[in-house]
Amino acid sequence: MVELLIDPFIDYLFMRRALVGSVVVSLGAVPVGLFMTLRRMSLTGDAMAHAILPGAAIAYIISGLSLLGLTIGGVLAGLVVAALAGFVSRSSQLHEDTSLAAFYLLSLASGVLVISLKQSNIDLFHLLFGNILALNEAALSLLAFISSLTLLIMAVLYRPLVIECADPTFLRRSGYASAIAHFGFLFLMVINLVAGFHALGTLMAVGIMVLPATAARFWVGSMDWLLVFALLIAFAGCYIGLLFSFYFDLPSGPAIIISIGIVCVSSILFGSNGGLLKKQVSQRHLAG
Amino acid sequence: MVNGLGGDLTTMDVRINNLTVSFNNHPAVHHLTASIAQGEWLAIVGPNGGGKSTLLNTLAGVITAYEGSIEGLQPDNIAYLPQQAKLDTSFPITVSELVATGLWYELGFLNAVSEKQSKRCERALAAVGLQGFENRAINSLSGGQLQRSLFARVLLQDHPIILLDEPFNAIDSKTLADLTIVIKRWHRNNRTVLMVTHDLGYVREHCPKSLLLARECIDYGKTSDVLTEDNLRLAGQHSEAFDANAPWCLN
Repeated sequence: MVELLIDPFIDYLFMRRALVGSVVVSLGAVPVGLFMTLRRMSLTGDAMAHAILPGAAIAYIISGLSLLGLTIGGVLAGLVVAALAGFVSRSSQLHEDTSLAAFYLLSLASGVLVISLKQSNIDLFHLLFGNILALNEAALSLLAFISSLTLLIMAVLYRPLVIECADPTFLRRSGYASAIAHFGFLFLMVINLVAGFHALGTLMAVGIMVLPATAARFWVGSMDWLLVFALLIAFAGCYIGLLFSFYFDLPSGPAIIISIGIVCVSSILFGSNGGLLKKQVSQRHLAG
Repeated sequence: MVNGLGGDLTTMDVRINNLTVSFNNHPAVHHLTASIAQGEWLAIVGPNGGGKSTLLNTLAGVITAYEGSIEGLQPDNIAYLPQQAKLDTSFPITVSELVATGLWYELGFLNAVSEKQSKRCERALAAVGLQGFENRAINSLSGGQLQRSLFARVLLQDHPIILLDEPFNAIDSKTLADLTIVIKRWHRNNRTVLMVTHDLGYVREHCPKSLLLARECIDYGKTSDVLTEDNLRLAGQHSEAFDANAPWCLN
């Protein structure tokens, strides 16, 4: 029995790389995802994932399936959309979700237009669903670099991000800190979505950011424990998803996301911190 | 002394010169000029839509688009207490963490909270009657307890100018009395306190000076001179709605 859980990773290099790659992606993406859920930006991440797709697609036309090309294209497209949306929302009455929707749709339409003009027979499947089982050392290095950079930047931005979430007006008064935190966070979101799309595809990348954080909120209530729980849930989901993918011949990206998704739905139902079923059971309470 | 209040402060008057704050070209605060001396406790009162919170938010630097000028205010000499509605109380932080956000201007991005600063947080919480609440999540607090926490953060910031936006909304009489003691201590220690409130009874009883604002300044000065029947009637005639056909202001 134990062999079934370990052997695929001992016997096959591509499985070891997939496990390392998905865990490395989680290390950067999960903390970013936690703040996305706490800042009510979960669907902003989804919109941003669509925004990076045209950049990657155009890069594919220019440089093929070049790791660097796809990364630069995706990051550039994402950053341009994030910067424009952030600037417009901070300097006008538009909420960020609305300005982001406007710019990501513009980006998406431009990407589709360029692809159709080039009449390229692009393999969108790779971009949409990634290919974690084909990660080579260069790709793993890139994912490790993005996660390391994310953790470093997150360590610097952690305090202003917490203040921004709890009391948005507090940092606005200090001028620069609020803007640094906001645009720094959007930058982290973009680079982690790009890391995610190499492993899981653009459509699945948001899943590894949002689902572990959502699940963790139903078990614990403090920021440090939320981070720990969300990371553990993501690691477990990556491991279980890869095993399912291996034994049942399933596409690995969706298998990972479905595994984390099952944990998420179970947490919503059974979580000790506000789970739906726990609310139905009569609670004991203390005397004071 | 809770937080070192009462130490020597440099003279820091606030001057508002011909200030206009507008939304879509319609003024919410119109050509306001006032000079607030260091150590004054000033209530900003007026009808709904009269521009009270807009003025305070502009002074706090939350709203930046305005005409005219404001002198004597810097982000690092103001402690600002926002309306509770502006807080995300579902965010998972504790009372002591919320209060410690007041150390931002001392800590910046990277410095850790020192032992001395932790003690200051504890003393600030004790001063507002929240001993034992340090590790409580803010989503488990009552409105009054949350307001005490925000007052503790203002205490911790130890700034010479204190801006309070509706500090007594939805709190009980005991909390009101306790927080009034805190404000009186600030006043005694030569802090400048600017406070937006609807409670004219409170202002008459406690606040030495008032600014009656109905988009434009109706009157400004000693509270008993400002809150007269005539002034209040004049302020009451203020229309909350913007005039869609208003001509351009030539002043």
